[in-house]
Amino acid sequence: MSRPVRLPPTAQAIVRGDRRALARAITAVEDGDASADLLLRSLYARSGNAAVVGLAGPLGVGKSSLVNALVGLLRARQKPVGVVAVDPSSPFSGGSVLGDRIRLERRADDPDVFFRSMASRGAVGGIASTTTDVVRLLEAAGFPTVLVETVGSGQVDVAIREVATTRVVVTAPHLGDEVQTLKAGLFEIADVFCVNKSDLPGADVAERDLAELASLGASRDGWRPTVVRTSATTPSGIEELWSAIEAHEAFRAASGDRAGAERRRLAAEIVDRVRDRLAGEVARALEDDPALARLLDQVVDRALDPRTAADRVLEQRLRAR
Amino acid sequence: MVPPRTRSPIRVLIAKPGLDGHDRGAKVVARALRDAGMEVIYAGLRQTPEEIVRAALEEDVDLIGLSILSGAHMALFPRVLTLLRKEGASKIPVFAGGIIPDEDARRLKRLGIRAIFGPGATLDEIVRTAEQLARHAS
Ligand SMILES: Nc1nc2c(ncn2[C@@H]2O[C@H](COP(=O)(O)OP(=O)(O)OP(=O)(O)O)[C@@H](O)[C@H]2O)c(=O)[nH]1
Ligand SMILES: [Mg+2]
Repeated sequence: MSRPVRLPPTAQAIVRGDRRALARAITAVEDGDASADLLLRSLYARSGNAAVVGLAGPLGVGKSSLVNALVGLLRARQKPVGVVAVDPSSPFSGGSVLGDRIRLERRADDPDVFFRSMASRGAVGGIASTTTDVVRLLEAAGFPTVLVETVGSGQVDVAIREVATTRVVVTAPHLGDEVQTLKAGLFEIADVFCVNKSDLPGADVAERDLAELASLGASRDGWRPTVVRTSATTPSGIEELWSAIEAHEAFRAASGDRAGAERRRLAAEIVDRVRDRLAGEVARALEDDPALARLLDQVVDRALDPRTAADRVLEQRLRAR
Repeated sequence: MVPPRTRSPIRVLIAKPGLDGHDRGAKVVARALRDAGMEVIYAGLRQTPEEIVRAALEEDVDLIGLSILSGAHMALFPRVLTLLRKEGASKIPVFAGGIIPDEDARRLKRLGIRAIFGPGATLDEIVRTAEQLARHAS
């Protein structure tokens, strides 16, 4: 039930399919520009309907190659597809080499594929803090499917849970210890397990291990993870992979998982936003507001404890609104 | 922890048009730009001018760096500039590296390639020029 809001011009351009406007808006979102705020507010009502497929898994298992294969399959079926591929930012320089695009093969003049590389910019969990909002822009631009490739650190790519509606955990034969770390984190969030590089020896064993794990693991919200075998480079198994993803999307739609998981995710987002804003305001006020500065002086002098000071700050903030 | 950012990082596309299969040089430059705090979109080998321009627009980059060894620069570089102009994106500066004879380099600069680096160029020089080009573009 969206209110009939008049969209700002940039939002209109994005909805109309202007890819330059979309590209610039994504930059604004990444950079936290003021212009992005209005845009995201006005376009939110147009998000929430796409299949957002997260691909997570250890370094080099073939996530980008699978993205490329899935893009090929969807385009062969005339379906538009957006891609967001996240790579890590260097903790030292803040810079990044974003290399997932290398695997992309598509017609340079195909407007129905949009591929965007993102740096994690210090966020942990395999995606950037703005990835969710970037996916929303792609949805507003009319992409019914959005593929999200995570950083590729394996066990810690669990933030994909926050953005994806179907989570694919990618593995490959002979990962050895990597599989152990997968079990520790990613394993619990997988809707689909994909054993890629199945053209290499050892795929049978890897598949059997995963199938066993998948059957041992308690089903989540009534869904038991499926296991598929692919070779992204051959390619083979891509249709099966897509079918498994579609099956989970259909399950979600039918089971009301949407109401549950989606609701939890959005509640968490609201809490995060309130916390961030309140924390920012208070940090500034402790420096700029003389009354609060005196309060802080008291805490420094041990005349007041930090908990009581926090109570006072909260009371003062709530009154100020 | 990532140091606090006073301004958003420069986004630069590094691509290798042409048919030769060596991208060592391009990768070294990509890493140097990363170490200078830039976000480098590495598009890889054998990119057509159409693919390069498409990637630059999708990724909304501030700067494009082209690397070539095969000698096809006189065909490929001007084509990239033409396509950018056609898309209304001629404000995105383009620099180039590779083995490019002086005569060709002069002509390419007249056509609008903003800087050209030969095999003797230092990484420092390339990084500094890239920063200047990106910051003064918009
Ligand atoms: N034999 C074989 N090689 C593959 C397959 N899929 C990918 N590769 C190769 O594995 C290497 C890594 O592939 P990518 O698709 O870049 O892997 P990735 O998971 O995206 O890598 P990161 O983003 O760096 O974590 C490349 O050399 C691919 O050609 C496959 O199905 N079989
Ligand atoms: Mg990748």
